[in-house]
Amino acid sequence: MNLGLLNGRIGRLAPAAAAAQISRVVPVLGVPRAFACALPVLTILLLFTTAAAQKKSSCIECHAKLDDPRLSAPAKLFDDDIHRTRGLSCNDCHGGDPNADTKEGAKDPRKGYLGKPKALDIPAYCGKCHSDASLMKKFNPSLRVDQEREYYTSVHGKLLKAGETRAATCISCHSVHGIRAINDPLSSVYPSNVAETCSKCHGSADYMRGLGIPSDQYEKYKTSVHAEALYVKQDLSAPTCNDCHGNHGAAPPGIASVANVCGQCHARQAELFQTSPHKAAFDQKELGECITCHGNHAINKPNDQLIGTTQGALCISCHTPGDKGFVAAGQMRSQIDKLIASLDKSNEILNRAERAGMEVSKPKFELKGAVDALTHARVLIHSSSTAEVDKVIGPGLEVSAKGYEAGTAALAERRFRREGLAVSLVFILFLAGLVYLKLRQIESRQATTE
Amino acid sequence: MRIQSLIAWFDERLSISTLVAIARKKEVPLHRHSIWYYFGGMTLFLFTVQVVTGILLLLYYRPSSESAFESVQFIITEVKFGWLIRSIHSWSANLMIATLFIHMFSVFFLRAYYPPREITWVSGVFLLFIVICFGFSGYLLPWNKLAFFATKVGTEIAGVVPVVGRPILRFLRGGDDVTGATLTRFFGFHVAVLPATATVFIAIHVLMVQMHGMSVPPKLLGQPVKKMKFVPNFILRDLIGWILAIGVLAALAALFPWELGEKADAFASAPAGIKPEWYFLFMFQTLKWLPAKILGMDGEVLGIMAFNIVALLLFIVPFVDRSDNRRRRLIFNLLGVLALLFIVVMTIVGYVT
Amino acid sequence: MQNIFGDKSTDPKHALKPTRRRFLDYLLGTSAFATLGAIFYPIFKFMQPPQIIESAENSVVAAKLSEIPTNSGKIFKFGNKPGIVLRTPAGELKAFSAVCTHLECIVQYRPDTKQIWCACHNGQYNLNGKNIGGPPPRPLEEYKVNTRGDDIVVTRS
Repeated sequence: MNLGLLNGRIGRLAPAAAAAQISRVVPVLGVPRAFACALPVLTILLLFTTAAAQKKSSCIECHAKLDDPRLSAPAKLFDDDIHRTRGLSCNDCHGGDPNADTKEGAKDPRKGYLGKPKALDIPAYCGKCHSDASLMKKFNPSLRVDQEREYYTSVHGKLLKAGETRAATCISCHSVHGIRAINDPLSSVYPSNVAETCSKCHGSADYMRGLGIPSDQYEKYKTSVHAEALYVKQDLSAPTCNDCHGNHGAAPPGIASVANVCGQCHARQAELFQTSPHKAAFDQKELGECITCHGNHAINKPNDQLIGTTQGALCISCHTPGDKGFVAAGQMRSQIDKLIASLDKSNEILNRAERAGMEVSKPKFELKGAVDALTHARVLIHSSSTAEVDKVIGPGLEVSAKGYEAGTAALAERRFRREGLAVSLVFILFLAGLVYLKLRQIESRQATTE
Repeated sequence: MRIQSLIAWFDERLSISTLVAIARKKEVPLHRHSIWYYFGGMTLFLFTVQVVTGILLLLYYRPSSESAFESVQFIITEVKFGWLIRSIHSWSANLMIATLFIHMFSVFFLRAYYPPREITWVSGVFLLFIVICFGFSGYLLPWNKLAFFATKVGTEIAGVVPVVGRPILRFLRGGDDVTGATLTRFFGFHVAVLPATATVFIAIHVLMVQMHGMSVPPKLLGQPVKKMKFVPNFILRDLIGWILAIGVLAALAALFPWELGEKADAFASAPAGIKPEWYFLFMFQTLKWLPAKILGMDGEVLGIMAFNIVALLLFIVPFVDRSDNRRRRLIFNLLGVLALLFIVVMTIVGYVT
Repeated sequence: MQNIFGDKSTDPKHALKPTRRRFLDYLLGTSAFATLGAIFYPIFKFMQPPQIIESAENSVVAAKLSEIPTNSGKIFKFGNKPGIVLRTPAGELKAFSAVCTHLECIVQYRPDTKQIWCACHNGQYNLNGKNIGGPPPRPLEEYKVNTRGDDIVVTRS
């Protein structure tokens, strides 16, 4: 009975939604005021009847028994569906009467039966509830309700609107009937599952034929430092497809906005880049900010070879010998190399001292300060300013030099120990020899007296 | 003369002249096995080194799980010659155990425990176990990873013994687990209980040696045996050995400083291939090789019981083997050689694997 | 008087080569003295208190109360690790490991954002040490803070 109320509501809204697919805002805002007043009561009733609702559903009873897996799967999958755990059932989306005992009765269009939506209708179908702020608030107060609207800004949404039925809709990513919460590790849109979900379409050259985009992004992504962080280090905050492309509004970031995308996480680098002379130059040449050097899907761990003026350095793809950038690139690289060389030297001598049995854990620890400087310097190169890089390389070199000194001191101490040992051994052996002589002397005297 | 009158004053009260007379009268038999006489004195000398370096280490060492490791690190990095003192303490401990084993086996094979020297032998066996306890307790004190797990395994082995095992384990660990409480306990054993006990047994042992004199091997009895004066001839030879031992210790400490390793962490997983100190290795290896079940009993338990029984048998050796007899001599020589072979082979196997 | 070695130095029979023997005794005395010196020198040096008086402990005096006004922080040495002690805008004292969990740079207190901040990659932690922004994957390890007079004592728990 109470469910009937909700059904009525959906039924009443459905034609409006169908009529105004493009702009769902209007009907949502247009919910009759009287109805809005009834909502709290409705919700309470809804919550109270949740258990009862699950007891009786002729939809599930019949569909579970059907032989055709296409017809029985929804009933079975729905067991794990988040909507079911929130007290919803088949008819809350599909309409109809779950209390009816016959197929005809259950699927009576007069009782709001909608049936299976066409691909083109799916966003609106889900949007019936998901775009309704006042309704969604009852289930999850912080859940966003702009997915449908955002969807139509995405390439997927635009293609769908243009009649391209291959375009992904809600259920392509979220699955259907077995829809799980996004923080459920089994969900198809759980961070570690996203890339695979996207690749179901984007990884298939057949499926993507004629759409003018490549299908090797997932393969490339899997080689990236981001994938390593996500899959190997199990860092769920590491970016997967949607973190750069958006999810509901999925689209390739434009050239101008790449830095904003990467800067979400790599804020320091993005900030430094904005202050660098590269900013204006890249804008002028319409080069993607981060991706020009780092690439996009197959972003590898950057190394020091990327900067500088030698073979393999990226700087020389634009800069030519003699120009200001060429000089700066060479300087930054040589500063970094200098610190690395100094660190290697200090590490080497400290390791040597350690192998020789000297206790150098303290200077070894302090050497971390220089590693710190190196890490920092590698970030600061995004400013393209040699002065900025020098600011951390200088102290880093000092710390490293101190580590080297400590290593030399430890080895000197070891020499001192050996020299001291040699000196005392001379005394000791000399003394032992003398005692022996004394013994001989005494014994020879004893022999003469006997 | 004033000095002479001072000596006379002391002599009257301490009867130094009697002691001097005894010392000068004391003689050491001279024969082809005389070399073994030096090992007892060498062990005692190394023990003295342990006492001196041990007391020095006490100036800086702190017996708690929070600061034991740090204090040892402090000793070897910040304290002048701390590395030397600490390394000598560790090296001398190991050399002492080695000389003690040599001393024991030489006494065994030369039958130096024949009446009336039973008490000397028994006190010596007590000293052997005391020294091993010294080693076991001292090993934990730097509170590093290896020591922590070696202690864990070592006490675990004690806990396997039926009936008494569990209470012994709890007593040793000061609880169910190796913790700071264990460290405090081991420290107490190492610097108070064991030194006091050792002192008593050393006194008995040395006094007995003085009372009975050096034993002449039974097979040489009946032949004329040359004698060497204890003072100065033997003691000067001893002295040469001790001076050289100082040199060896200094060289070992300077060339091969004893490692400190990483601080113990109760939550870290045990490092792979963990092994006890070399003098426990043969027992460790034996227990590893024993099958899980022997005649329906737990192999490890049987092994541990066997070692305990052998340890007890060591005490009664002089009461079983009391006089020279061809057949018994053969049996005991064989037993000794077998034991020695067993220890050597198992130690080598333990090292290699 | 005879010494314990039975060395009858006044015995006329053994006065045959007195100079050689005396020379040997002299050498013996000196080198014995030198060896004893070589033994006791390290011992005496060992007993002298070293410059750093105490070994590192589980707790350390991180700073003076006066050094850390409200909404500020300070890096201190905690054993072999840097730590950061700070006073929150609410006046509470807190201490954490100062090693960023991302790439082990040393973090600092930012009075403007009232956060702990790592300059290397703009890692942000809130004042409970929780990583709230940037690349750090884990929170900072928190230490216990006590005050003893004017001293702020930080203890590893």
